[in-house]
Amino acid sequence: MKLMQRFLPLAEAIAIPVMALLVAMLLFAGFVMAVGQSPVEVYSLLYQGGFGSAFSWQNTLLRAAPLILTGLAVAIPAQAGMVIIGGEGALALGALAAAVAGATLNGASPHWVQAGVLAAGALCGGVWIGLSGWLRHYRGVNETIGSLLLSYIGIALLNFFVEGPLKDPASLNKPSTAPIGDANMIGNLPGMDVHYGLLFGAIFALITWVVLKFTTVGFALRTVGGNPRAAQMAGLQVGYWIVGAAFAGGAAAGLAGAIEVAAVQGSANASVVAGYGYAGILVAFIARQNPFAVIPVAILIGGINAAGGMLQRRLDMPDASVLVLQGIIFVVIIASETLNGRLRIFKPVSPMSAVILTKP
Amino acid sequence: MNAADGLGWWGVPLAIFAGAIRVSTPYLLVSLGECITEKSGRINLGLEGVLIMGAMAGYGTSLLSGSAWLGVLAAGLVGGLLGLLHGLLCSLRRVNDIAIGISIMLLGTGLAFFLGKPLVQPQAPMLSAIPFGFWSDSPQIQSALQINPLFLIGIALAVLLHYAFRYTRWGMQLRIVGDSADAALALGYRVLPTRILATIVGGFLAGVGGAFLSLYYPGSWNEGLSSGQGIIAVALVIFARWEPLRCLWASLLFGGAGALGPALQAMGVTSGYYLFNAAPYVLTLGILIATSSPNRTLAGAPGELSLVRN
Repeated sequence: MKLMQRFLPLAEAIAIPVMALLVAMLLFAGFVMAVGQSPVEVYSLLYQGGFGSAFSWQNTLLRAAPLILTGLAVAIPAQAGMVIIGGEGALALGALAAAVAGATLNGASPHWVQAGVLAAGALCGGVWIGLSGWLRHYRGVNETIGSLLLSYIGIALLNFFVEGPLKDPASLNKPSTAPIGDANMIGNLPGMDVHYGLLFGAIFALITWVVLKFTTVGFALRTVGGNPRAAQMAGLQVGYWIVGAAFAGGAAAGLAGAIEVAAVQGSANASVVAGYGYAGILVAFIARQNPFAVIPVAILIGGINAAGGMLQRRLDMPDASVLVLQGIIFVVIIASETLNGRLRIFKPVSPMSAVILTKP
Repeated sequence: MNAADGLGWWGVPLAIFAGAIRVSTPYLLVSLGECITEKSGRINLGLEGVLIMGAMAGYGTSLLSGSAWLGVLAAGLVGGLLGLLHGLLCSLRRVNDIAIGISIMLLGTGLAFFLGKPLVQPQAPMLSAIPFGFWSDSPQIQSALQINPLFLIGIALAVLLHYAFRYTRWGMQLRIVGDSADAALALGYRVLPTRILATIVGGFLAGVGGAFLSLYYPGSWNEGLSSGQGIIAVALVIFARWEPLRCLWASLLFGGAGALGPALQAMGVTSGYYLFNAAPYVLTLGILIATSSPNRTLAGAPGELSLVRN
């Protein structure tokens, strides 16, 4: 009985989002019917396109890799009480910095170039979101609005440099920076057609989870997020923690951008701004800001994204179908938070009432 | 000297003036709507999604019915519906208005892109402007003084709201609900219905702002139509200190910043196009930095607003 009680909060944390997902799927089924398609067909295609074959799994995991990192870009600052939604811009600047680093380090051994490319991306993304945290703590600027504005500025900077000062004259149809070179690209995981970025993302998430759950760092962050004044009283440098959490989140998004450059695109261009930053917000909220849960949720959302093309080809549905599904999931997930702590089956029972409850 | 081509570089301030009026209209409508919502103590970040949804619905309705003004009405109704959704969901216990806003931003964008797919090609009837420049021979001045009725409606609304917030019964009710839910309850005002209604009205105005985008300027429907105007308008309300008349000035300022890029581009300055287009975001951020403070709540801020509560 005691053991059961220990797992009740975990069961609640899993069951409520899962229920919300099911409700969202029902609502989307209604939407699909309203536009004249068969929900059964749509869902079976979503399954096939996302998880039905080795090929679709590969597609899914390729999309999950950046989503894990952009999910962390929301989930890590959330520990310190911030709602950051500027991952898209941090990703764009991370990609730009990665391409610049790749060009600067050209000629060094590939491992050094790769390390430099990833570090530059993470640093640049970290500074960008760290700025949102700094503005919030030291200037009182709301971090949600601030990070979104910085995100638009970051995307504009990427477009400006890619089509202006850093444009590779050889890239005619699609303005891009100079390629970082085939030898410096990040390869695939052994035995898979999925690049190492997936592993990097998963490791980043696992380390974050361990640090937040089992060290005082996580405790300090939650204290700062829960009650900044109490944290100050306890001797914590609240500002450092806020900016640090924002920096770590931004570093994750910047790394995602660097990986898109170093493993997929080969150079920085407008294609890296593909909505991973926004989908990452959804990932983090479904995962309830838990860095470990970000991994499976990113795979789920990656699968939905991967299957979007299938819906387009087979049923001639717009590519925005998956955006509608994601939007519905998002709204239902947030609304479902009202159920936290209000469902009786997840309430801890005292031994006395347990006896009463088990008797018929 | 012919006035038409004799304006030379004077064309830039003229184009910025004309552009400021054109570009500011959606800012004005969205920020007035958000001002009403925030006065009631809630923030709706979803107005970005509402704006896009309104643009799509307005364009589609105008295309089907042949009347651009019916399109404006439809856009407002769709915006009001999304506002109702926001208002109802926020009324649930433990549901955060900022998080709901973000989710509605994504839902509205997704729905608009989905339903608006067939609308990218066809040309819908546009809103017509009032030619205030009839007295001039210069085509540039004439085109600069083409003013859309929605802008004039926005000005009238700003003045009206300014007085309504101060001197009418429902204006006072709105402010009390937004400043202290406890005080409102003690006075017998119904807090949740007031807030839900304020969010519906805010959504309606944001939807109309979206219709302006698709039916007047830039005057087409595509997926890149809005890039953050909704969120800028939310920030603009903070800058305007929740005062409708200041929303008007702030919108014109932002409209001018937004018109800078296209005006210079029309003059042949093409390098740095993306940077000029980022001017409104930089301006918004700069103004937020200049007006916010970590140590005190903002003057004029509704007391129940989570945005400014530390």
